[in-house]
Amino acid sequence: MTATLGDVLLETRHLKRYFRLDKHRQVHAVDDVCLSIQANEILGLVGESGSGKSTFGKTVLGLHDKTAGEVLYRGEVLPARYRSADFQRFARSMQMIFQDPYSSLNPRMTAGEIIAEGLRLHSDAKPRAVREEVARWLRQVGLSPDHASRYPHEFSGGQRQRIGIARAMIVEPEFVVCDEPISALDVSVQAQVINLLSELKREYGLTLLFIAHDLSMVRYVSDRMAVMYLGALAEIGPADDVFFRPMHPYTQMLVASNPEPDPITERQRSAEPIHGEITSPVNIGPGCRFAGRCPKVMDHCRHTTPELLPVRDLTSDATRQVACHLYG
Amino acid sequence: MPVKEQHDYALTVDNLEVEFDTYGGTVHAVRDVSFGLRRGKTLAIVGESGCGKSVTVQALMGLIPMPPGRITGGSARLRSAGSGPAGSGPAGSGATELIGLRERELNRIRGNRIGMIFQDPMTSLNPTMRIGDQIVETLRVHRGMSIREGFKEAERLLDRVRISEARERARQYPFEFSGGMLQRVMIAVALACSPEVLIADEPTTALDVTIQAQILDLMQALQREEGMSIILITHDLGVVARMADDVAVMYAGQIVESGSVEAIFHRGGHPYTLGLRRATPSNDPENRQQLEPIEGSPPDLFHPPVGCGYFARCPHAMQICEGSMPDPFDLHQPSAAAEGIRHSARCWLQHAQAPRTAGLNQNDAGREEP
Repeated sequence: MTATLGDVLLETRHLKRYFRLDKHRQVHAVDDVCLSIQANEILGLVGESGSGKSTFGKTVLGLHDKTAGEVLYRGEVLPARYRSADFQRFARSMQMIFQDPYSSLNPRMTAGEIIAEGLRLHSDAKPRAVREEVARWLRQVGLSPDHASRYPHEFSGGQRQRIGIARAMIVEPEFVVCDEPISALDVSVQAQVINLLSELKREYGLTLLFIAHDLSMVRYVSDRMAVMYLGALAEIGPADDVFFRPMHPYTQMLVASNPEPDPITERQRSAEPIHGEITSPVNIGPGCRFAGRCPKVMDHCRHTTPELLPVRDLTSDATRQVACHLYG
Repeated sequence: MPVKEQHDYALTVDNLEVEFDTYGGTVHAVRDVSFGLRRGKTLAIVGESGCGKSVTVQALMGLIPMPPGRITGGSARLRSAGSGPAGSGPAGSGATELIGLRERELNRIRGNRIGMIFQDPMTSLNPTMRIGDQIVETLRVHRGMSIREGFKEAERLLDRVRISEARERARQYPFEFSGGMLQRVMIAVALACSPEVLIADEPTTALDVTIQAQILDLMQALQREEGMSIILITHDLGVVARMADDVAVMYAGQIVESGSVEAIFHRGGHPYTLGLRRATPSNDPENRQQLEPIEGSPPDLFHPPVGCGYFARCPHAMQICEGSMPDPFDLHQPSAAAEGIRHSARCWLQHAQAPRTAGLNQNDAGREEP
């Protein structure tokens, strides 16, 4: 694990992204998120739908404007609102892999054109060199150079996701946001894509923000894991520590509801019922966001927002941060 | 498939075949599928997209659009409780054949004796009707209730699926409900006539894990209360481990292995079953095993392979696998067969002369000649 060493590649400071609904209401999709990602690590970001994890990923890349706060890349503050020159500038270092391999590829372009586009726009490579690179990347992601002339509809879901990966990787970025890259895929194919990503990480020294809702998979691929709830971070720490010794009551609930692929452990599981649903992220007031569902809620939690603070984990020396008054 | 002797089955399916005519030719979606659903138990049908698991249950419910679909063979019998063991008599007393029923007869069975819930509750409900009215509609059609009685019953049903403030909720529209709440409504509708069999087609795939856990808990509680038999279709091995008593693994339109949940997870006898397990991350802190993907993709069911459907992806494929698909080999241990469903796999590696394969359960004592 490289998590404890390494330089900070990317850092968010009090990053906020709100969406205004009308005069009085706004969605607090990302609310005051501070985290840092070290070079050559995979940071897994988990949370339920509506927790703001995708919005966070897109805001980091400048696909959404920032409402407040800043994102630092190699110490440089990125613009709050990207203009096209900014995209030009950062596209070579930061890329994104999308969830849905069906809607994220232009059906009128061939696989070769889709993969080549980044290189055509962001480098001065000659057409011939571009073609060679496309062929190399098709091979690298487990397809064949002959596939370049085919259209997206001729590929299966897993193959399309490989095209999406090749498209992001061809500019050889340092940092890639993977937004639920496997949730649309079948189990056997998920493992193919996950192994491909880990391989690319090793080979190219990539840094990944891996957004997903599948806890077991995130624990498997990530060095560190961050848990998001209603736009804020609940907990962050080494993936195994967070998964096996969750501290925040929300992480505990997530882990408890994550079904394990083993009938014996499943049947021995304590049957503590899980209550409530994620609430609306509109106009969030003070207090812990999880207070309404928390089995350990205290009076205090309803009035004061807990800060994300380092907590000592007695069984591990790694740092863990938890936003919960239980550890305050 | 000789799976059903001593048990009390709620539903048995034998040699089911379903095809679809398309522009590209005929798709053989379900090929020679047989299974039994034990009364009061949960059978999980596991497989990847396109393996035919949804088509199988749609065929049972008479939901295959014909044309282009066609059920070319097989039978499915719904057996009422107390009709005796399945083996008694060719059709069994009190058994209803579902395949080939006319629409009117099907309507008496669908909803009344077999309930169904689908993956996406938002598209299964009418967005312009209040929740209560949609439940009342079911109750009027199937139970002949008046509107007033129906509304009372609808509130009771919503209450049973743990929806709080049922009275107010019954007067709301689907958009006012979350995905998990809508799935509860679908379960309430399915429960309206106390069906003997509940078919749940990927009921939690669209839901978050915490909500999934709630819905699965609810299904288990209702099964205990009502004694329903459940067919659960899913691709998620975690959900299978949590819910199933029995499991059927489908691949390329065929059931390649079936048995009790313990047998499938711990003594898997088909390389595909094993492949699925190894492609899923285990949550064992001591054991961070490398994920082993199954390379390649499923075969084209326009021209299904003559032999084993898994041949092209199977790491242990032999010459014989390409040319013919074996009948199921028995894998059950004598003690296990008495209490649970039989364990069998359709794989030539289970043949007495097949080479030993690491990680695969191979039956030594019970090896039979084909």
